[in-house]
Amino acid sequence: MKFALPIALLVAWFAATSSGAIKSYQLASPQAVLAEVNDLATRGVLWTDLGASLERVAAGFALAAVLAIALGALVGASRAAEQLLDPTLQAIRAVPSLAWVPLLLLWLGIGETAKIALVAIGAFFPIYVALASAIRGVDRKLIEVARVLGVRGVPFVARVLVPAALPQLLVGLRIGLTQAWLFLVAAELLGASRGLGFLLTDGQQIARTDEILVAILAFAICGKLSESGMKLLERRLVSWTDTASVPG
Amino acid sequence: MNAITLRGVTKRFGAHTIFDGLDLEVKRGERLAILGASGCGKSTLLRLIAGLESPDAGEIDVAGEIGFVFQEPRLFGWLDVEKNVAFAARTAAERARIPEVLALVGLTSARTKLPKHLSGGMAQRAALARALVRKPEVLLFDEPLAALDALTRLELRASLREIVLEAGATAVWVTHDVEDALALATRSIVLQRSPGAVRAVEPAAGVDVGARRALLAALGVPA
Repeated sequence: MKFALPIALLVAWFAATSSGAIKSYQLASPQAVLAEVNDLATRGVLWTDLGASLERVAAGFALAAVLAIALGALVGASRAAEQLLDPTLQAIRAVPSLAWVPLLLLWLGIGETAKIALVAIGAFFPIYVALASAIRGVDRKLIEVARVLGVRGVPFVARVLVPAALPQLLVGLRIGLTQAWLFLVAAELLGASRGLGFLLTDGQQIARTDEILVAILAFAICGKLSESGMKLLERRLVSWTDTASVPG
Repeated sequence: MNAITLRGVTKRFGAHTIFDGLDLEVKRGERLAILGASGCGKSTLLRLIAGLESPDAGEIDVAGEIGFVFQEPRLFGWLDVEKNVAFAARTAAERARIPEVLALVGLTSARTKLPKHLSGGMAQRAALARALVRKPEVLLFDEPLAALDALTRLELRASLREIVLEAGATAVWVTHDVEDALALATRSIVLQRSPGAVRAVEPAAGVDVGARRALLAALGVPA
């Protein structure tokens, strides 16, 4: 049943383009898109672009995850750190993240660093907010069990706070990864010579809707795969939660 | 020799005074039940002894290790029964005791189960095993049976009695149930709210009918 609509759309797409009702410069036919995938793949362009985009997402997301986990844990666990850092971070969060683009370009130039930084900004906040609120929300009753047993300091953080906050952290990581892909497109549209976003702008400039659709398809597949990967990780790591399915 | 000594303990929550100069002694090996109506400060008294609350004045002295069993099991959801018990073990000797305490509470075959798969009674047994693994000299129970259904309650009451006797520990039970107190304790006190603060009243110690009647009278229940 869940394939009914996609198949109907595919048939309609095929009919509309092969009957000539829609011109190929408006929307390429499914066959043309497949042929373009084949062409880009055999020329190796697809793999170069895909690889460039994956690298940027991986680097930006990893950077965001490390910073967000460190700061989120600190702010969640310490009142003093919360008062010192959280208002500022919340103020920065209130800025629509794309507004940083001009500054990033001025500071970091148009190269890889600026793109990775933008991806990192996009991925940082969902992770940070999820972890800080998860740690703040750890059941006081469990904290008391650790207190009665004299478990404190680093063992307390590692054995109680982190595992208790893990389900929410993983949801934050999943949303952060989605955000990373979103910001990657923005970063690559702004100027890149490689990457799926470059494929988009290139297709637009030479009026090739098949190339644009290949890039969109690639984004869809990457997005879906990374989301499924994160969900799998969630099911593996937090199967202990007493809920019917993974939250979020 | 006292296991627990409270001298002039005062505890306030804001403007509200719970205890004002409370004295209490629990002898080593004694099993004390603390009774009283809801909200009279029973749990606060136990939490003071455990160090979960600090007194505004006075001294609290506990000789030896404390094991605490809460009203709810409070198990770590991400750890199975055995690892929940192991959470309390610090030394190799304590870790080696884990199979023994699991057998004692009757959870040997359930040791790899996650808390979400345990019944209320089993979860409370696991919590008891966690409290026992360090061989504590003092066991504190905060209404350990209150959240259980009637049958499980009777079952667990009997095994608690046995286990505590076998452990030879000093025990303090907070309960609002006279039957629990009579079954589990060698001595009972009743907390009564009097003008100002809570008093601890000790009905004349007796046996059987006399003890029940004295406790009920102190609780203000016509026998």
